[in-house]
Amino acid sequence: MSIQIHAVSQSFHGRSILKDINLTIEPNKIYGLLGRNGAGKSTLLNIISNRIFPSQGTVTLDEESMNDNDRTLGRIYLMSEVNLYSERAKLNKLFDTTELMYGSFNRQYANDLADKFGLDLTSRFGKLSTGYRSIFKLIVALCVPADYIFLDEPVLGLDANHRELFYQELIETYSETPRTFVISTHLIEEIANLIEHVFVLDDHKIVINGSVPDILERAYTISGPDADVKQYTAGLNIIGEDHLGGITAHYVYGALADDRPIPDTVKLEHLDLQKLFINLTTEKKAAAHVS
Amino acid sequence: MQFNFNSTEPIYLQVAEQIEEAIFARTFAEGEQIPSTTEISKEFHINPATVLKGMNILVDANLIEKRRGVGMFVIGGAQGRIVEKRRNQFYDDYVKNLVSEARKLHITKQELAQLIERGFSTK
Repeated sequence: MSIQIHAVSQSFHGRSILKDINLTIEPNKIYGLLGRNGAGKSTLLNIISNRIFPSQGTVTLDEESMNDNDRTLGRIYLMSEVNLYSERAKLNKLFDTTELMYGSFNRQYANDLADKFGLDLTSRFGKLSTGYRSIFKLIVALCVPADYIFLDEPVLGLDANHRELFYQELIETYSETPRTFVISTHLIEEIANLIEHVFVLDDHKIVINGSVPDILERAYTISGPDADVKQYTAGLNIIGEDHLGGITAHYVYGALADDRPIPDTVKLEHLDLQKLFINLTTEKKAAAHVS
Repeated sequence: MQFNFNSTEPIYLQVAEQIEEAIFARTFAEGEQIPSTTEISKEFHINPATVLKGMNILVDANLIEKRRGVGMFVIGGAQGRIVEKRRNQFYDDYVKNLVSEARKLHITKQELAQLIERGFSTK
């Protein structure tokens, strides 16, 4: 029981967009897919949901190929920035269409959500603002009977109140009917505790794939007087650094040196997910200029 | 209930600590039901599995119990057990740091005793 992404690569006009991606997406878990602009997140989500075909590799759901397979495609749903709907279509009508396509649709919950978000279902899709387009697409995503729901930039254009409401509804519906959500977003802090497992795409490759607590357990900030910090972190996997006066902070991802005593002057703390992400995905050229 | 999350400790431990704090402060009284996993998840945007992991620490510590189909309840005597535990940890959690900081500031034993005296005499 899972989606398997095996050795997927994608290139377009000779430009590499994804390089050898291998992932497993399990049932009933909330995942985060993080990456900078242009890292390949949307391409990956489009490949998984069979909207585009990979140059190489395979995607399977419960060991069945997902390529043009009606049985597997009905079990996944991708909400993306692309507007698939006709500008003139009324929202109510679009619910009907979705119900036809997916065999069922939680109409009661869709109406409740529209009410909570203040969305008028008699409006036409083309008349909606960016925020309300996202809201409408989110409502559809939460109400389709899919087992795997991919949300590409779900909170694009939503104000803080609506984002709060969305996270609450997501947890509510997930608790009632567990299913898998994969959330791709730039607002890392807002989802850091919500996701159980994280994938980080950088430079078209997966650089992090693991449970959030495990990952954070291995991410450290080591700060203190310049020389003491350098001495302690020598040979460790330093992913970034900051300097302020004579104080240095080294960001380390991976094991510390067990046998090395931590000097009294040096402070050891864990990094949060956003800070870890920033350090892992900063352009290496730019980082080299800093020192 | 007030959650004040920081980034340096695993979230499930913080969930356990915050609920324990609420039981200690009698915000959640003995015999009373505490908020459900979903309620806590929704309020603080924490994955339900993480919240459950935190709650299970308190179940193992005999502070809360699950009543099937109803929810989690504070066990009788839980507050007292937390007090007992904290008294045992008081030296490690507070006294050691206090003395260490006093030494750095060249505060003598007598001066520290006087400060403690002052602390007790002001309400």
